[in-house]
Amino acid sequence: MSKVVEGLLYSEDHEWVSIEGDIATVGITDYAQDELGEVVYVELPQENSDFESGEEVSEIESVKADSAVYCPVSGTVIETNSELEAKPELINQDCYKAWIFRMRLSSQPEDLLDAKAYSEFLKTLK
Amino acid sequence: MHSYIPATSEDKRALLSSIGIEREEDAFGDLERAGALLEGPLDLPKGRSELEVSAIVRSASNLNKPGICFIGGGAQDHAVSSVTSAITSLPSFVTAYTPYQPEISQGVLQAIFEYQSIICTLTGMDVSNASLYDGPSSVVEAASLAISAKRKSSKIVVSPTILPQSMMCLNAWALGTGNTIQVLGEKDGRCDFSGLEGALDDSAAMLIVQSPNRYGLLESFDGLADRVHEKGSLLAIYSDALSLASLRSPAEWGADLAIGDTQSLGLGLGFGGPYCGYMASRQALMRKMPGRIIGQTEDSQGRRCFVLTLQAREQHIKRERATSNICSNEALCCLATAVQSAMLGPEGMKEAFSLSYHKAHWLYERLMALGLKSMDEGFWDEFPLVFESHKKARAFQKALGMKGILVGFPAEKESSMLMVAVTEKRTREDMEAFLQAAKEAL
Amino acid sequence: MEKLLNELSINGRRAYRFPDLDVEAHKAIDPSLLRQGSLDLPQMAEVDVVRHYARLSRLAYGVDDGFYPLGSCTMKYNPKLNEALSHLEGFTELHPLADAEHSQGSLKILYETVDMLCKVTGMDQGTLQPCAGAHGEYTGLKLIRAYHLRRNDSKRSVMLIPSSAHGTNPASASVNGFETVAVASDERGLVDLKDLESKLSDNVAGIMLTNPNTLGLFELDIRRIADMVHACGGLLYYDGANMNAIMGFGRPGDMGFDVMHLNLHKTFSTPHGGGGPGSGAVLVKQALAPFLPVPVAAKGLKGYSLDWDRPQSIGKVSGFWGNFLVIVRAYAYLLSMGSDGLREASAMATINANYMARCISAFFPIAYPGLCKHEFVLSLAAFKEETGCSALDVAKALLDKGYHPPTMYFPSLVHEALMIEPTETESRETLDGFIEALKCIHDKAYSNPEELHSSPATTVIGRPDEAEAAKRAKVNWL
Repeated sequence: MSKVVEGLLYSEDHEWVSIEGDIATVGITDYAQDELGEVVYVELPQENSDFESGEEVSEIESVKADSAVYCPVSGTVIETNSELEAKPELINQDCYKAWIFRMRLSSQPEDLLDAKAYSEFLKTLK
Repeated sequence: MHSYIPATSEDKRALLSSIGIEREEDAFGDLERAGALLEGPLDLPKGRSELEVSAIVRSASNLNKPGICFIGGGAQDHAVSSVTSAITSLPSFVTAYTPYQPEISQGVLQAIFEYQSIICTLTGMDVSNASLYDGPSSVVEAASLAISAKRKSSKIVVSPTILPQSMMCLNAWALGTGNTIQVLGEKDGRCDFSGLEGALDDSAAMLIVQSPNRYGLLESFDGLADRVHEKGSLLAIYSDALSLASLRSPAEWGADLAIGDTQSLGLGLGFGGPYCGYMASRQALMRKMPGRIIGQTEDSQGRRCFVLTLQAREQHIKRERATSNICSNEALCCLATAVQSAMLGPEGMKEAFSLSYHKAHWLYERLMALGLKSMDEGFWDEFPLVFESHKKARAFQKALGMKGILVGFPAEKESSMLMVAVTEKRTREDMEAFLQAAKEAL
Repeated sequence: MEKLLNELSINGRRAYRFPDLDVEAHKAIDPSLLRQGSLDLPQMAEVDVVRHYARLSRLAYGVDDGFYPLGSCTMKYNPKLNEALSHLEGFTELHPLADAEHSQGSLKILYETVDMLCKVTGMDQGTLQPCAGAHGEYTGLKLIRAYHLRRNDSKRSVMLIPSSAHGTNPASASVNGFETVAVASDERGLVDLKDLESKLSDNVAGIMLTNPNTLGLFELDIRRIADMVHACGGLLYYDGANMNAIMGFGRPGDMGFDVMHLNLHKTFSTPHGGGGPGSGAVLVKQALAPFLPVPVAAKGLKGYSLDWDRPQSIGKVSGFWGNFLVIVRAYAYLLSMGSDGLREASAMATINANYMARCISAFFPIAYPGLCKHEFVLSLAAFKEETGCSALDVAKALLDKGYHPPTMYFPSLVHEALMIEPTETESRETLDGFIEALKCIHDKAYSNPEELHSSPATTVIGRPDEAEAAKRAKVNWL
């Protein structure tokens, strides 16, 4: 059973989002890291670049898989988690701590799920 | 009975009966039901014995007249050591598949790892892949890489002096993809960079240049990398692999990507292939590289070993998100290049470079003295002979051909230029025969 | 383990020498154009180079070393005759830009190889320029693109690809700027016609099919599929990876395919070389012929020539005329086999596969039982539930028995898949030996699964740490 944390927002592409003011912090969910297996590389987005919600923003690679991270919100990347460059396995160890990037929102996010709705969504996948 | 099929008629009967069918046709009942069963035999002659096949193919080989080869244009008659040929004929190398099972493929994996190291040394780059099809395909893959590396880009800027076959491959690549190719101007047989900043707009992802270029001329890329990077683009430099023994390396020019062909390092001519495209990049582009890459790791007991690595980049995993579809490459040609490099060593490679250089200039000067036209003497081992028309060039080629001296047109339609290459294999006698034939032709 | 070349290098060693310069030297090259740093390449004696590679070759495994039942890869025996003929000096010493008078033999081989391949496949014309199967796909899709553009039909942006396809197919379509849309497989393992119907529109440029498909099954509705796709204006691409199943029994050209590639390094017995060079001949129906890459080998009154005068051509896809020395091998193979031999090859490839499937089904289930073509897929999902041993464990245990394992985890439709393709060049005794080995591993999984998890035990290395290799990529000796 994949872990879902209360208080975060989720996308159907399996990203989690934590919003404080106009700053969003983004990572991938436990379900996503489990599907990928041992993560070997995280491609971090360029700081100061703009992304629309739904756009491919980053890539995560495991030994035998590759997954795009789609931007769950719209805005400008202001910070990336450079710790992941040397230690991509942090994503497997605690994906809700191992955030990937932070964005300054250009608009309020729509279509994100709360923890309960995301848990329901996960049930439909099996 | 047929060559290469061990089953006897008894075997076949037994196998058929064990799968519960009577006639072999019944094993193709699905084709019949689909309305796809071929009626009658294929319209080909029946199978032949080894002696018959050998006679047919040998007679074809005898129809070829390789002559004394002075042809350039993207392949040159450089020496191939006997060791290179012998090693690349070893059955376990020749008949192996892609090394997907590292436990029984360390030989192939290590050989390609060594090839990657040699390419990195020659180019000065950090990462080499395990080869592409040939030089022009390395140009195409460089373009694809650049487009995927820069968001919202759709244009490749290219020097007019890359090989014509590379240009044709690049144009074919762009067809229908929404990407465009912008060709810079040409001045005195070299790329004119005066329009560079204008060409490198936001949509441009990469500049591709070549030296020695399509005319054999050496180009200087001094300060070029900074200008390209300033505009947010990448720089790829295409070079003949052997030329890098002595010429300034792509990394020393500041390039992001080094591409080209290793034909000159152990592959021979072979009427155009197989050759071997190389591609090497800076560390930052490693995970954008197309094709296979071999990496070093350890097994469970801590023993050093080699594996196919960074596979998440590749088509079988990325599927429609892949930016390259390459899977089979030119592994056996990598092996040839690595063996040839080990045979020559740094001094041997530099010697091959320098012998070719001096001989080519010796012939060039004497041909110019005969009144033939070329560009300038800033070349390595290859120069063009420029004629007024395709017809005149063709007449000259024919006249030399009668004497067994071969010169060739570039790989394009009806050029009025003949490419002359002189390698370390050509002797003074060969060149004197060339001069004699040229005198008679004029 | 074998040392690396740089670890064997001793300064001052030298293996190869050239003749002295026999003409006057020219002035030196402008130093600003010369290499600034040193050239730190291995320095070796000839005997040490030879022994290094002789040792490495013993650490490799080819078809000459043993059975290689890699599904979808057609690892058939590579005849020695073809190797010898490809080394003839008339071929190896000839420059690709030699004029036609000096290259009649090579041009004849290019021309006749295309001609023979057309007869095997029921197509009209072709090119040998592509250097691999994926390169053939790339080229074939370019031709489809050029065909639609020529007819001013520029909205066709969709390429349909069955979910069972090789990963290369969607990648080739994407690289060509097509949007890929997957077509579902039905319970038979074949193209789901209803799903296909729903995805057809005037945006569809074509469909890529492997037939028999990657499950080893022949598409029974192929004529219907061809009619449906053609009716909406799309073209049919045949991925010839599995052509070894049907030579002499069926031709893609007769089934309605418009363009296709063949892997000469699979079906036509040219060796794989540890991953290449291959050759991906592309064959087309007349309607697509004007777009073929230039030049095309032609035959006329004055002999053979290269025809560059093709104004609608897409241009080029490789530097010269393709991997010629690979093509020579395939040419010799076609001559050796002839119409009867090719048919016999496909017959025996199919019979061998069905025989193996029948025997193995006694202990491992076949994913789609029934008559297969030249290959079949096992599903080890239930086996894994029961024993904890995966398809990977079984594959690695086969290494200890001296076999190259089957293709693993493909097609992805089947869980814990092992895909077996025996080819026609293996004897019954070889097949029986492999079946016996597989049975033995199967039984071991129930008695001593630990042993399987820790296999292979007899190879020079154990299972490598692939995650470490990908995380901290060390990709050269520098």
